[in-house]
Amino acid sequence: MGPKQIKAKIISNKIFRDNYWHLELESKAIAGCAVPGQFVNIKVSDGIEPLLRRPLSIHGIEGSRVRFFYEALGPGTRLLSGRNPGEFLDVIGPLGNGFVVPGKAKAARLKVPVLVAGGMGVAPLIFLAKEIRSSKPLVLIGARTKSKILCAQEFKALGCAVKIATDDGSSGFKGRVTELLGQVLRQDAPGCARRLAIYACGPRPMLKAVAGIACENDIDSRLSLEEHMACGIGACLGCVIATKSGYKKVCKDGPVFSGKELTW
Amino acid sequence: MVKQVKPDLTVRIGKLDLKNPVMVASGTFGYAEEFAPFINLKKIGAIVTKTITIRPRPGNLPPRTCETPAGMLNSIGLENPGIDKFIGEKLPFLKKLRIPVIISIASIDDPEEFTVLARQLDKIKEVSALELNISCPNLHKDKLISQDAKETFELVSLVRKLTQKCLITKLSPNVTSISEIALAAQNAGSDAVALINTLGGMSIDVDKRAPKIGSWSGGLSGPAIRPVAVKMVWEARNKIKIPIIGMGGIMDTQSALEFFIAGASAISVGTANFINPRASVEIISGLKAYMADNNMRDLSGLIGSLKACES
Repeated sequence: MGPKQIKAKIISNKIFRDNYWHLELESKAIAGCAVPGQFVNIKVSDGIEPLLRRPLSIHGIEGSRVRFFYEALGPGTRLLSGRNPGEFLDVIGPLGNGFVVPGKAKAARLKVPVLVAGGMGVAPLIFLAKEIRSSKPLVLIGARTKSKILCAQEFKALGCAVKIATDDGSSGFKGRVTELLGQVLRQDAPGCARRLAIYACGPRPMLKAVAGIACENDIDSRLSLEEHMACGIGACLGCVIATKSGYKKVCKDGPVFSGKELTW
Repeated sequence: MVKQVKPDLTVRIGKLDLKNPVMVASGTFGYAEEFAPFINLKKIGAIVTKTITIRPRPGNLPPRTCETPAGMLNSIGLENPGIDKFIGEKLPFLKKLRIPVIISIASIDDPEEFTVLARQLDKIKEVSALELNISCPNLHKDKLISQDAKETFELVSLVRKLTQKCLITKLSPNVTSISEIALAAQNAGSDAVALINTLGGMSIDVDKRAPKIGSWSGGLSGPAIRPVAVKMVWEARNKIKIPIIGMGGIMDTQSALEFFIAGASAISVGTANFINPRASVEIISGLKAYMADNNMRDLSGLIGSLKACES
């Protein structure tokens, strides 16, 4: 089941708070085969401004509906936030690989998942948490301050244990979420690091730090990256990232990579 | 009732017969397999591959693309697996399509590299034509071959001696006179010219005071460059006799028509493939409908049909 280009009906497009929005699209084709970590590429306007599509990671699937959680930050996502229910969006997806390596799902289930989210990085991790909830994931959420913590309740509702890190200490651990990860590994999981698997999504510096911690502790890590994309389907070679085996395409070889393979 | 004619979309580009004049531009269509989930590739007039060099190239430092007003900048730097791996791993898929496949080739350090590539590709019967990419703006060169009429003439002459295959020379818009360069390509035996490649451009992140792409500058493409491209096609049309393959910001049938009217015998869809993978096949249908609506039996009534403004 490969990606498709479809016209997907907007079921809802609602502000959550601040600039954060929930979008729900009707698409059997995408809902039927998408896996956590995959994304879609959306044409937010009908004209040539903005010219390129906007990649959004899949936040969840509910029947034939596909959910997204996005921040209306730039001109593209701001235009998206103005689109109304009942309208149709030109969508390509599902794209990319996903968090769990196909064929290794069984081995992954035997590990205790630790999900590390920074900022909007919660978006694809909710979808993952739902899929692997039976493995009782531990979720670490990082944000600048208390009001910027996203999806903590949703993760808890899925049965995940949640720990918070804020830069200013207004909630939970004071410091970076990667420092919290280090503390968790030292205090809560000494000696059993090999039984863990880290899944992370967030800003590039956070992911780099997570990869470093994972490698030091010999823990498998799967990191979801973001990069500016033109096509999203592996044709333009615009969104590459450096790996041990050369440049790889974030859109097609990723967006999820093993922490071991990236050279940053 | 007037019976509508069924338009004939065939066109001849040098030695190459196309069932329709809609091609896909080098660097915007990968090696075609990337688009297989979205369109019936067999419908396309011809596929031009991502440029191939002798040795594999990792390409330029990311970030490699950024969006600009009605366009985008790219600096991929001819990332490709090299000719041997291309022939072994990418060409078999293209061969199976049974549509004209045009291989874009480039030299990196020495123009002689073109001869090695041309000799190797000349032996492969499924290779319909070679496109000489002498206009890539992302190789950190002070000057491109296609920015000099004499160098263009010499390079095309060099390759012309080695192959009977259809030769298309892809030209840069970053020149003083496009028609002078196009004429040099024609005089050296090129069967057609493809124009335009991207326009040199730069975009700066003001907060960081840094360029938005890793190699500082790149090539501008998309609707933003269309008027530049249309004018260059028109200019070259008035100077040369060989067919012109027009490209630069073609997004839909309407924009494709501009190029035909200006004098292009065929067109290439480029950046539009990134946004709408179906753009090329939609333009084929649109062109057919336009010709039927205007009672055009074939493309001869369309190509170069530009008239003066009515006052």
